[in-house]
This record gives sequence, structure tokens and C-alpha cells, in this order.
Amino acid sequence: MPPLAQRNLIHDKVRLAVTLTGIVFAVVLIVVEMGLFLGFTVTTSSIIDKSGVDFWIVSKHTPYIEQGAAFSERKLYQVLATPGVASADKYIVRFAQWKTPNGGEQSVQVVGFNPYTGIGGPWNVVQGNVEDLKTPDAVMVDKLYAKKLGVTRVGEIFEIDGRRARVVGFTNGIRAFTTTPYVFTSFKNAQAFARLQADQTLFILVKAVPGTDKAALQSELETRVRDVDVLTASKFSSMTRIYWMFTTGAGVAVLIAALLGLVVGVVVVAQTIYATTMDHIREYGTLKAMGAPNSYIYRVIITQAGIAAVAGYALAMFVSFFVVRASRTGGAAIFLPWQMAVGIFFLTLLMCTTAAVVSINKVTSLDPAMVFRG
Amino acid sequence: MSAAISVRDVTKVYVEGPNEIPVLHGVDFDVEQGEVVLLMGPSGSGKTTLLSIMGCILRATSGSVQVAGREVANLPERELPGVRLKNIGFIFQGFNLFPTLTVGENVELALDLKGIRGSKAKDESRRLLEQVGLAAKYDAFPSDLSGGQKQRVAVARALSGSPGVILADEPTAALDSHSGRNVMEMMRDLAHKHGRGVVVVTHDSRVLEFGDRIVHMEDGRIAEPVAEAAA
Repeated sequence: MPPLAQRNLIHDKVRLAVTLTGIVFAVVLIVVEMGLFLGFTVTTSSIIDKSGVDFWIVSKHTPYIEQGAAFSERKLYQVLATPGVASADKYIVRFAQWKTPNGGEQSVQVVGFNPYTGIGGPWNVVQGNVEDLKTPDAVMVDKLYAKKLGVTRVGEIFEIDGRRARVVGFTNGIRAFTTTPYVFTSFKNAQAFARLQADQTLFILVKAVPGTDKAALQSELETRVRDVDVLTASKFSSMTRIYWMFTTGAGVAVLIAALLGLVVGVVVVAQTIYATTMDHIREYGTLKAMGAPNSYIYRVIITQAGIAAVAGYALAMFVSFFVVRASRTGGAAIFLPWQMAVGIFFLTLLMCTTAAVVSINKVTSLDPAMVFRG
Repeated sequence: MSAAISVRDVTKVYVEGPNEIPVLHGVDFDVEQGEVVLLMGPSGSGKTTLLSIMGCILRATSGSVQVAGREVANLPERELPGVRLKNIGFIFQGFNLFPTLTVGENVELALDLKGIRGSKAKDESRRLLEQVGLAAKYDAFPSDLSGGQKQRVAVARALSGSPGVILADEPTAALDSHSGRNVMEMMRDLAHKHGRGVVVVTHDSRVLEFGDRIVHMEDGRIAEPVAEAAA
């Protein structure tokens, strides 16, 4: 087929620019909203997902990680005595107050872990190392939140809930969904910062001996250790994600924004493709008069929409690349994994072809006799 | 000569809301292969409606229409484009070329509709443009051509796939006298040298000499007697 679709599309440069702008706007909006949703989802459970353990033992009916309630650390020994358990560590995630140098206070989430095993500890450590957290008062914060916490360098002294905290290192890119920065420290320090009693913990992180039947081990732990829930890491992760993304409504709002982006995209693209079709309506009438079946004309319009979709998507991904990059240093991460990029490509194609259907309806009802009217 | 198109007792009534507007009243009309018929008459006499019915673009309200010996009056709507593609070439008053395609591509588009593609379409397109004296304009865009040249491209396009009938609606209306003559000479050649039936709807008295027959229409009827053209 001669390149009628391509030529019609590029013939009016202003209209082409409007069409592409509409697609780029819609796609970038979708990328940002979907990316935020994904970023938020991953962030809510990152502490659990990065722990690398098989089970989280939590107090009864704990709905998500930030709601851990204290229980006796004696349960640790019951866990360790269970056949199939390779390791078990006490763990704390709890809110506390960080005093900034200017006298202000900032909420933080103290994460207390066993620095001798490193299980549940920080990742992406860019300054200092995890072993430094074995010393009393030592804490590690993320560079993203350093300014918020008033931290400028390693060695600075602060207060957490009235107790001395010394910064011994930095991580990079460990975000907290609640925007309350994580502060990593040893379990002992965390007990003090979180004002827990000396024999209390909030969680026990369990690793199974390789090759163990994990379902059987979970059942055994549930039998041996009373008044707690034994959750697989993936289960606790999804509980935390579902709580933050859906129970709070935060994720739904982001998803609705993504859907709105799609609707705006369809409307803008439909309008511009419709206008392009109307510009060339006499030519489509001529084609019909010459004997072209409707399917031939549909092909021209769909091809036009497809080309606009591919070009618009390419431009949108170029813009999105910079948006995603800029988000790395911001408070909210926008994730754009390749699977999402591929999905959005097909979504863009669908959006543009759906938009083209409006034009197709117009052409279907076109009377070829129009070619004889002046 | 056998009839390329044969119209018998054709009526056409337009319905607009509660009103019925009769446009053609029992028209009988034949177009023979190898002849140029000039269809003339005042505005509103039904010329273009008759042309549209012969071209299978409009359906008659009643009567018989045969194209290349095939009755088309009762064919389902979906089959009419196929009849047009196979048998009829159109030439329009406003040329109706595709402005975003080159001259060559305009002709190739018509060939593409008829299933002729690739290098075969390019060769055929060049041959047709050569036939109308525009081979040199193969890569030009319609906007670069004069009115006469545009109409010659339209003639080349109408000839793609070698249809038996050419239907032209006021083909010289937008042309100067020289270009008009040129186009009409081409029409005459198509009929006389290539055996096609050519129907030209026209108001233009300058083209009378090119018709083998002149048919006058008035108030939706063929006016009697049918005049023999001077040529």
C-alpha cells in the first residue's frame, strides 16, 4: 500500500505535534502513576523483602510491620530449639523521635537487628560498614534523609528519645513509605531507643535449614511457640503492602490517577486522530467511490494511529527516563521495570487504536456520492 | 458494439424526513463500448444522480442497471465496491487526487486497490502516466501540477486495472480551454482506440465536438430526441 497513513500523519506538522504531545502526556502520566504505585508497593515491604529470612514471628494479629507489638524474647529459645531452624534473631521496627541539631524533632523508624549475623540489617551501605553498628549508640541513616535528620557526616552525635545516637555510616536509596526515615542500629540499642523492656522483642526472624519442608516447619513453630503468628516472609510482605496500598487508600488514589491518565490520553488522541480523519474525509470518500472496501480505509486509519502510538511511546519513554532518574533523589521513587515498559507499550497501542475507532465510525457512515458534490 | 452499461426504467426517489423527492423518472440509457457519451442538462436535471447509479455509488429506487452484462441493481451493498473496482474508472471535477502522495503513488494506490502491488504496480503506474504524457512528473506532488496536469493524473488513475467504463463528472470545469481540450482528446482516444465506454457529465459547450452522442436530461428524464454529435 502506498504510504497514505504515514503521509497523512506527517502532512500537518502542527496537528502531528498536538497528537504526539497528547500521547506523550498520557504515557508519561501513566508511567509516573504506575511507577509511583510500584515504587510505593516495593517500599512498604522493603525491610521484609530484604531480610532474606523464611519466617517472621510476630505478635498475634499483627497486620503490618509498623504495628509490631512486644512479646517475650524467651520465645527465641523455643524457636531455636525447633528442628529445622537454622537461625533465629530478635528484631525491632518501631517509631521513635530523633532530635535534630536545631532542636526540632523528627519521627524515625528504628530498625534493630543482630549486627553479628547481619540478618535484617541495612543494604546499599555507601559509607561505614555494618560491623560498626556493634558499638554502643551506633546508628546508620540513609543519605536520602540525611538533610531531614540534620546529618552532614559520619561521627555526628544526635539523640533518639533522649538517648545518645552516633552516626557511623550511610546507606543510599532505602526509602520508607511513610517518609519516616529508617535508622539502623543494633538490637540492644534499638531496645533502648524504642523503650522496650530488656527481655522484649517485636519480631523474630527465622531461617530454615536448607532443604527443610517449610510448610511443616511453619506448622511446628506454630505448635511450639504460643501466642504469636508465624508468617512466611512473602505473606507478611503482602500483608504490609495490602495494608498501605489498599486499606489506607493511598494505592487506590495512585491507581485512579493512572486510570485518569489513560482516559485523558484516549480522549486527546481520539480528538486529534478524529480531526486528522476529518481533514482527509474527502480522500476517504474518493477511496470509497473508487471501490475501496471499508476494511482498506480502516487499515489506513489504524496504521496512522499505530505510527502515532509508536512515535509517541518512544518520545514518552525518553521523557520518562529523566523523570525516573530525577525521582531517585526525591522522596518518592518511581519504578519503571522493563516488564512495565513493555506493558505500557501495548497499552499505548490499545489507547491509540481505541481512539481511532471513533474516526472509523465516521468513515463507515461516509457516503461515497459525496465526491460528486462540488 | 455491446452495451458497457445498460440502464432500464430506472427511478430514484430521495427521502428527506416525511418528504419524497423524485429525481429520476423511468430512465432508459445505454453506454456502448468504444463511444463517448456527453450527458448534458441543467442543474438538478438528474445527470449526476444517473452517473452515480451507473457507477454503483447510488442505488436506484427501481429499475434495472447492468454493468458489463451483470445486473447490479439488486446486489447487496457489500458487493458494489467490487463491481466499481473491476469495471469502472472515475474522473472527478475537483480531480480528487491524494495531496500527500506523489503522482506515481496516486496511481499506485488505485492499482493497490485492485491487487497490483510492488514493482508491477510501479511499472504499470509509469506506463499509465506515460500514456497521459506525465511520466516525467512521477515523483512530483499534486500541488506542483497545473489543473490540466492534475486531471491527466486523474485519467491515469481511472485507467488503472483497465476498467471497461470511464465515468467523468465535469472533467473540464476547472480547466482552461487548452487543458480541457487535451483531457477530452484523451477521453475520445480511450473510447475510440481502447474500446472503452466513456460517459461525461458536462455543462461545458466547448467539449461538444468530442462526444459521439449527446444525451440531454431534463427534470429527471432523457429529453427526446437523442442528438448525434457533430464529430
